[in-house]
Amino acid sequence: MRNAWTLTKVRMRLALRNRAFIFFSLIFPLIFLFLFLGAAVRLFARGSVTAVPYMLASVLALTVMGSFWGLSVQLVTFREQGILRRFRVAPVGPGAMLASSIFSNYILTLPTVIIEFVLARRVFHMSDWGNLGGVFLLVSLGIITFAALGLIIASVTNSTQETQVINQILWSAFLFLSGATVPLPVLPIWIQRFALFLPATYLVTGLERVLVAHVGITQIGAEITALAVSAALAFFLSQQLFRWEPEAKVGSRAKALALATIVPFVLLGLWETTRGDLRSTARTDFLSIERSVPAERPAPAPSTH
Amino acid sequence: MSAPIIEVLNLTKHYGPVQALRGVSFEVHEGEVFGLLGPNGAGKTSTVEILEGLRPADGGIVSVCGLDPQTPGDAFKQEIGAVLQATALPDKLRVGEAVSMFASFYKRRRDPASLLKRFGLEEKRNTFYSHLSGGQKQRLALAMSLVNEPSVLFLDEPTAGLDPQVRREIYTIIEELKKEKKTILLTTHYIEEAEKLCDRVAIVDQGRVIAQGTPRELKHRSAGTTRIEMRLARPESDAALKQLEGVADCHASDGVYIVHSTRVPQTIVSLVKYLEAQGNELSSLDIAAPSLEDVFLELTGRSLRD
Repeated sequence: MRNAWTLTKVRMRLALRNRAFIFFSLIFPLIFLFLFLGAAVRLFARGSVTAVPYMLASVLALTVMGSFWGLSVQLVTFREQGILRRFRVAPVGPGAMLASSIFSNYILTLPTVIIEFVLARRVFHMSDWGNLGGVFLLVSLGIITFAALGLIIASVTNSTQETQVINQILWSAFLFLSGATVPLPVLPIWIQRFALFLPATYLVTGLERVLVAHVGITQIGAEITALAVSAALAFFLSQQLFRWEPEAKVGSRAKALALATIVPFVLLGLWETTRGDLRSTARTDFLSIERSVPAERPAPAPSTH
Repeated sequence: MSAPIIEVLNLTKHYGPVQALRGVSFEVHEGEVFGLLGPNGAGKTSTVEILEGLRPADGGIVSVCGLDPQTPGDAFKQEIGAVLQATALPDKLRVGEAVSMFASFYKRRRDPASLLKRFGLEEKRNTFYSHLSGGQKQRLALAMSLVNEPSVLFLDEPTAGLDPQVRREIYTIIEELKKEKKTILLTTHYIEEAEKLCDRVAIVDQGRVIAQGTPRELKHRSAGTTRIEMRLARPESDAALKQLEGVADCHASDGVYIVHSTRVPQTIVSLVKYLEAQGNELSSLDIAAPSLEDVFLELTGRSLRD
């Protein structure tokens, strides 16, 4: 544990010295925030009470999901450059290396989430804080889960290029098919059904539920369980599949084993498909944007341009 | 002599169809600087990486400080220090941070500040790793390898790719460690490095130890050949010079012809005659005592540089 904490501090310093990290972990999420919440305010100019928290849920989910991209590329780069090799001859195990990735990522992502929250409240006049405990839990589990998924990707890819290709595919799916950028209820039905098998969907809908409907933690139990189980499984598997050496290529068995990470989401997806109510609650939350427009406030004159 | 701190017996290793090690055996005693000398691809790095625990052996017995390098847990790693053939650290890691971080991993640790001072890196404490020169990076690698006061230090080609001046700096550091009676296993393909630094040397070729002993003992074995180094006014072919009387081998490097002779007077006479006949002449000529290069040549029929 002491080694993990030492490495965490070093990883944090390295990240903060990296301009790309600062841009993608702080500036980029804030651009998303102003874009999404600005759009919410403009689209629901009559003052929908839930438009801003609804969009904030998407922004928070995007910030949290960003974890997996940077971590996987960094770990593979370290391996390719022979940096991991130097650690291997020291008394440092894969667990400490991987845990430090997750810890440092968690500590560095939380301030961005807090800034986004505060800006939503102060700049975009979000009416309340929502269920803060639920938000904190989902954000924390989300960061750990997506970071652990990133470590799994790093475990099963052999080069930075390969990692980036896989990241691009997964990131696109998380971005466009989970409700993070386009609300789930407006997506075609077949995509909505597919989304039930994506981890990102549970993060997005969970955040929507606690921010928009202010539901308690027990009502997002499925989302929390899926994220927590997946995080634990991904961390365990990434430890098993961890490779120090650039020339140690990953076998097809290891790649198959890595797929076990998605088992909780496959099970949850199947359960949601047959018995669940995720799609209907997502629709309720989405529709609440329109319903929550105060009736007494006059609508602004239509724009002439 | 003290008990061996490193024991290697019939070590074998293959990578696919390539047999890298074919029964390597040697022992290293406490306080000794032991060199594995051989050309690239001889099996030196495979051997040292097995001893560092970086690779499993296919066969044979390996023991370092009484431990199997593949033993799970940290006990083995607590005992060793290593300078890998290519040490890499994150570009934006500062020199002081690197030494402190590695020191923190060990139970027994030295003061990072004193190590930086010793290796002339005190002023570079806050410099990013990417801003260091090749020599500074290697000095940092050496400092990091000593953070735990290791019982055994592995130096895998510690001067490879460094310019001669930096190489001499590293030699000085290793000589200091030698005076402190550190146990060091060094791999190299530089003859002068092995001769200058090592108490004993094992010559490795094609995955086998073909000779071992002190540099003096090994050179005595090669008393049958003498090295003649010469420069000529005009170039001559190696093949022609190999035909001269008493010549066991000849190769040219940077304009210098190195002839290994078993009968020096006869070789000199036939050389002079040959050059006269060719209208060529000697610019310089040195007759040197046998070196480890000569030993290698005698044992393998090839030069270390081949």
